[in-house]
This record gives sequence, structure tokens and C-alpha cells, in this order.
Amino acid sequence: MNNELRDHVIKLFEANTRLDGRKLTDYRTVKVDVDVTNTAEGSARVRIGKTDVMVGVKVEVMEPYPDTPDAGSIMVGAELLPLSSPDFELGPPGQEAIELARIVDRGIRESKCIDFKKLCIKEREKVWMIIIDICTINDAGNLFDASALAAIAALKNMKFPEYKDDVIDYKKKTSKDLELKDTPLSVTVIKIGDKFIVDPSSEEEKVIDARLTVASLSDGTLCAMQKGGDYPLTADDIMKMVDIGLEKGKELRKLVK
Amino acid sequence: MAYKERLDGRKFDEARKIEAKAGVIPNADGSAYFKIGNTWAYAAVYGPRNLHPKFLQNPSKGILRCNYNMMPFSSTGERVRPGSSRRSKEISLVTEKALLPVLDLNDYPNSVVDVFIELPQTEAGSRCAGICAASIALADAGLAMKDLVASVSVGRVDDKLVVDLDYQEEAYEDCPVVDIPIAMMPNYDEITLLQMDGVISKDDFKKALEMGKKVLKDIYEVQKKALKDKYKTEIKK
Repeated sequence: MNNELRDHVIKLFEANTRLDGRKLTDYRTVKVDVDVTNTAEGSARVRIGKTDVMVGVKVEVMEPYPDTPDAGSIMVGAELLPLSSPDFELGPPGQEAIELARIVDRGIRESKCIDFKKLCIKEREKVWMIIIDICTINDAGNLFDASALAAIAALKNMKFPEYKDDVIDYKKKTSKDLELKDTPLSVTVIKIGDKFIVDPSSEEEKVIDARLTVASLSDGTLCAMQKGGDYPLTADDIMKMVDIGLEKGKELRKLVK
Repeated sequence: MAYKERLDGRKFDEARKIEAKAGVIPNADGSAYFKIGNTWAYAAVYGPRNLHPKFLQNPSKGILRCNYNMMPFSSTGERVRPGSSRRSKEISLVTEKALLPVLDLNDYPNSVVDVFIELPQTEAGSRCAGICAASIALADAGLAMKDLVASVSVGRVDDKLVVDLDYQEEAYEDCPVVDIPIAMMPNYDEITLLQMDGVISKDDFKKALEMGKKVLKDIYEVQKKALKDKYKTEIKK
């Protein structure tokens, strides 16, 4: 269906350019704002070109999971709001939204940047649950990287509310923030034809062969990955994509304070 | 204890700080945000577009469909569970009815105009803010409208009539509170939304409505300005 678009995109890639004139591994302008909504315990808004994503963090106190009685946890939800694209519909999250939430979740969880044991209030009884919600405002491509970036920026922005006599007073924010040992960041590298690009626009997303989301830490180690798209990748492809992911991850990391 | 002064220092007939902007969501056919105090609503309009499933279609004119949704982190208290609730469904319905009278959808048989209202931050008055934002977004989408719709809540805290109740007032414990969200077509002086919770005399209710009308005219000016400003900046570009 998109064959003509695909041919055109590939032709542009041969000349090292793209539909909007970018180089293959250039991001559009990335803007990170924090503390964008005061009802959340922490929040951030990331704009990549015309893509616009808001992330808010709420906390709850709950009973720990039976297999980790001395540890709190995180939860990530994503909503592809119908407000943000004519292609999104009302209703419970579909496969796409769930994949997005789980990729962001693993990028943070597997980096071990949050010590879940420090979220324990009382063993076997009470732990903090950190809930990260992703809401899309406008989808112009690359929701993955925008969401992951907004999520980590929102976590860095969060302050715990006061917790006294088994009750959370959400109105009283304390000075206690969430300790983050590192800043994990995700870069999604796209393969179209035999070329690799980052930060796809909506049009480019229609014609991708494969994608690889690479989450990495500040020392250049990998902490989570996910392959997507209808076509396979060779090990050689993957190594090239990982290199691009690490390189671009470094650039994005500078935007998160 | 009598309510002598408003808790946040406003005059009794004074709304919170208002800000509006049109054309904030590039993918939408029309969009806007509307802020009143700490309450913040986004609205996006898609359509007129095809309506599926087919049995929902009206062969004589287009239909309006509104959806009101609080983002999970938009409440000061606990996280709001995603998805619709009885409350959000009712608000979606009354929003639809509040906006419908200004629209002329006769030219769009079998089609739908979708309005999605999303709130990133709320502190009372969210349905009114949603209607204000949606009204700007509908105009921004270029739909035929005979007026805008402006909306605010009025009410009474103890023996004082007030405009635009904030959360502290809605939840005021020392004395009875009446909350009356209204919406109006300012150029026709007609009311398109009216809900009321609380006990109030007929006279006080009438006075409260009159107070509301005054503020609604101000809101209407802010809405118009948002639309004009969008086109001003577009021409500059």
C-alpha cells in the first residue's frame, strides 16, 4: 500500500537526506519541560518536533508483592489518546499502547536505577508504588523515545508526598525525591531498506522494515532492548543499530537534568 | 463560621486566572487549551469524518460526539484510574448537549464531529473548562457555529454567592455549599448547561445566575482572543 512512499523514502536515504531534510541519524528538535502539572508528584513534557507527550508520576502505598515482601515497585501505563491522532480510538489500551508502556517500563526497571528496596516502608505490609502514566498530546512519530525520555525526566522531577499515620497527604510534598542511580534512556533505531535512521516521522513509521529500541546507561552499557517491525534483522544489523542507539542516547541524556 | 472572605482572596464575583490558546494540537482539525486557576483542559476536534459503525449514522445530519477524560495524574489525590467512569460518561453527555445548540451539522449527513477533552491538571470546574476549550476547538476547526459556548460554575458558600468555585470552596466543611455549573451562548443569552448540587432559594439561584452571566461574557472575550491570536501568528509566519 505504501510502496511508492517507501521507494521515495529510500531514494532520499541514498542521498543521505529525508522527507523533512534531516540527516539519517538526526533527531528533530527535542524539548524537555519538567513540573508541567502540579497534581502529579512529578511530571515532564517532551516535544520531539511536533510529537508531544506528557508524563505524570503518582505514588500509592500498598501491600508488597508476596515474592518481594521488602520491595516497592513501579508501574507504567500508556494511553494513546484519541485527542492526539486521528488513528487512535477510545477504549482500553490496545497492543500498541501496551507495548509502548512495557518498553518504557523495562528501560527503567532493568536499568536498576531505582532501588526498589528503598521503597519499602514496612516489610510485608507497606511499600511505595510509583505509577508512571504516559499521555500522548500529539503523535507525529517516535512516541517510544519521547515517552521514555519524558518518563525518566518525570521521575527525576518527583517529590514524595507526606506519609503519616498510614495516610498519604498528597497536598504536602516533602523534599524527599526518588533516588535514581543512573539515567537510562531509550533510542529507537529504524531499518528501512538497507539504511538505519533514528526519530522516524509518522510517514517514515508507515514504511519501516524493522525497529530496535535500545535502552542504555550513562556508561554505555545496555539495559533493555526490543525488536519490532515485520522484517528480520541480521546480527550485523543489530550491532550497527546498537552503536547508533548508544551514540544518540548520550546526546539525549544531556537534556535530562 | 460565616464565609466573609474567599479562601484564596478573590472577590465573590471574580473568576480565577484565565488563559486560552487555539491550535495547540497539530494533528487535530481544531484544538485549544483553556486554563482557569489550576484547572487545565485540552480539547481536540476531529471531523466531520466518517462514522462507524454504520448504525450510528444519521442520514439527515452529522452528529456530535464528546468525550471527557481526566488524565491519570490530573487529580491532587490518588491516581485516577484510566478509562471511563460513570462520572466521566455523564460529563461527556452534558458537554455534548452544551455544545450542540451552537453547531449546524446539516451539511454533514452520516458523519461525526468528535470532540476529545483531556485534563492534565484539575482543581474544580473541570467540566466547565472542558466546554470552554471544546468551544474554541470547534471554531478553530472551521465548523459553522452561531455562537461560542462559555462555561463557569456559580454557587453559594455559606450565605455568600460566588463565581467559579475552587476545590477548597467545593469541599468547604463549615457550612453548606451549592455548586451550579452553567454554560451559555453569550450572544443569545441562552443557557446550554445547567447542573446543581445543594440547597438554595429561588431568589439566590436567580442572583447566582446573573453573577455567572457577567463572568461568562469575560470568558467569551478570552475565547475570541485565543482564536484571533492564532490567526495573527499564522499570518506573521
